[in-house]
Amino acid sequence: MDKFTTHTGVGVPLRRSNVDTDQIIPAVYLKRVTRTGFEDGLFAAWRNDPEFVLNQDVYAEGTVLVAGPDFGTGSSREHAVWALQNYGFKVVLSARFADIFRGNSGKAGLLAAQTDEKVIQRLWTYLEDNPGGEITVDLESKTVRTADGSVEDSFDIDDYTRWRLLEGLDDIGITLGHEADIASYETTRPSWKPATQHV
Amino acid sequence: MGKTLAEKVWDEHVVRSTQGEPDLLYIDLHLIHEVTSPQAFDGLRLAGRKVRRPDLTLATEDHNVPTVDWDKPIADPVSKTQVDTLRRNAEEFGVRLHPLGDVEQGIVHVVGPQLGLTQPGMTIVCGDSHTSTHGAFGAIAFGIGTSEVEHVLATQTLPQAKPKTMAVTVNGSLPDGVTAKDLVLTLIAHTGTGGGQGYIVEYRGQAIEELSMEGRMTVCNMSIEWGAKAGMIAPDETTFAYIEGKPEAPKGADWDAAVQHWKSLRTDDDAVFDAEIVLDAAEMTPFVTWGTNPGQGVPLGATVPDPDDFEDATDRTATENALEYMGLTAGTPMREIKVDTVFVGSCTNGRIEDLRLAAEVIEGHQVAEGTRLLVVPGSVRVRMQAEAEGLDKVFLAAGAEWRGAGCSMCLGMNPDQLTPGERSASTSNRNFEGRQGKGGRTHLVSVPVAAATAVRGTLSSPADLVPATV
Repeated sequence: MDKFTTHTGVGVPLRRSNVDTDQIIPAVYLKRVTRTGFEDGLFAAWRNDPEFVLNQDVYAEGTVLVAGPDFGTGSSREHAVWALQNYGFKVVLSARFADIFRGNSGKAGLLAAQTDEKVIQRLWTYLEDNPGGEITVDLESKTVRTADGSVEDSFDIDDYTRWRLLEGLDDIGITLGHEADIASYETTRPSWKPATQHV
Repeated sequence: MGKTLAEKVWDEHVVRSTQGEPDLLYIDLHLIHEVTSPQAFDGLRLAGRKVRRPDLTLATEDHNVPTVDWDKPIADPVSKTQVDTLRRNAEEFGVRLHPLGDVEQGIVHVVGPQLGLTQPGMTIVCGDSHTSTHGAFGAIAFGIGTSEVEHVLATQTLPQAKPKTMAVTVNGSLPDGVTAKDLVLTLIAHTGTGGGQGYIVEYRGQAIEELSMEGRMTVCNMSIEWGAKAGMIAPDETTFAYIEGKPEAPKGADWDAAVQHWKSLRTDDDAVFDAEIVLDAAEMTPFVTWGTNPGQGVPLGATVPDPDDFEDATDRTATENALEYMGLTAGTPMREIKVDTVFVGSCTNGRIEDLRLAAEVIEGHQVAEGTRLLVVPGSVRVRMQAEAEGLDKVFLAAGAEWRGAGCSMCLGMNPDQLTPGERSASTSNRNFEGRQGKGGRTHLVSVPVAAATAVRGTLSSPADLVPATV
């Protein structure tokens, strides 16, 4: 995974709450067996609407999504994270993320930054007053800042995910470093626990 | 201080615990399907890693599969590629797979329990958010993303921060005709879609204890719809009776040892939950959704809400958007809403008891003109059982379609989809925009409401039906 320290890019205001992962990418787009190429499915239904924010030229280079509360609810599909990343997003800001979406983001290297709803409102106002305006998200200091400095505030992310993103660490590699602990645990499992294969 | 059920099961699975890091949790059972696993197996191949415990892993095909002509090759080439990829991966990595056409094939969350692989006190994960279903047995079960699927394949563990615990106590008994589905829809309307975030929830109280295992699975299944990490119910005699004799259940002395342990899996009297919700089952009625998330529901006897009923600006906008998408007018009685398609099935309500309930309501009636009814068993075993009981004949005589096993119309991924503007009453779990097909409009309902709606053509409960002339 690439290291994430700080990112500056065009902010995209998504004034919707409860954006579930079926909205981020409908099931019909989940049939690929790769991790790439999902950008076509991103917000597929909403993109039929010419007024939709991603259909406006000024947001064509958008990389920081500023969304309403309860972002990423519903299906566990990591394809939702990949679709955002494949499209070009590096950061999603919201007042509340669904647990699985937040977890998937951390694993895949998309920064899910949780911030106060009032901060989201101020960012929306800034972006609508300054279409194409840039937002800087600094993971080291856990701060978010608009280009003109009119909004500057902190965001939350759990320390462990932050550390992994800053270092660009491979989760599986870290766990395999504890192989002895896993093997030792396995010797303590009761014999009556079920198995799917019987030798 | 005592421990909650969730804390007991969690603590039994901690491989490694260090200050400042998530716990490393051992996973007892890893369920796999075709949609969320291909990239995980690819990751293993790229890194030259193996599946650590194929003997704790089970794969089935459910999301993409057609529910008609399932004996023929899958017609959609992209779906076929995904299913073929699972078959190749299962073979290469030595994973047990129940493919389309196999007698054990079905929705992954129906297959696990019916094989007896889902047992109390386990940790169970799957790349599917409705993994919470298995919590009905007193297991910690939750959905994971594809990166985590790869992690579990490689290590049989997951790093997980320990969630908080919440009790949902449902006192009293459910009135006749009110089901586990109505209970959980009532709860979600009460909490909203984010109310359970960060919690493992334990459902308890008289109404929960009185539920069958099927009903308990329905409740736990929808834990994710109010944002909970997992939902669970303490195992009891109902649980043990369900598991005993299942193909992968413990036998002989193992059974005795297992039951002895399972009986200890109860929240201690002096344990403290981080949060608690108390509901009264006696006040519950058939409950249906009007909007585009599972929290937007009302009793069947109510009317479509008005955006102005909501004080919060975000709720008001969400209601306006939902009514527009759903093509509904505020103030319309829910019972007057005409439905095009009724879907009985899914991991929420596709088990044998659900089909029995549907058949009981529909027997002697006909599906209304202009309405279609799809009955889709959750697994091949459920289909066979239903046929052994003659339920298929009841459905066919009423003019319903009797299908093969799979996720079917729960999600718009296989051929069973709504067309734009088409309205469904669905026993599934999600009424998101486009969930059942682009532009489709979904009302989440219980099985009895679904069956009665099919007969009348408008949202209805069995009490609205003129008695059948059998």
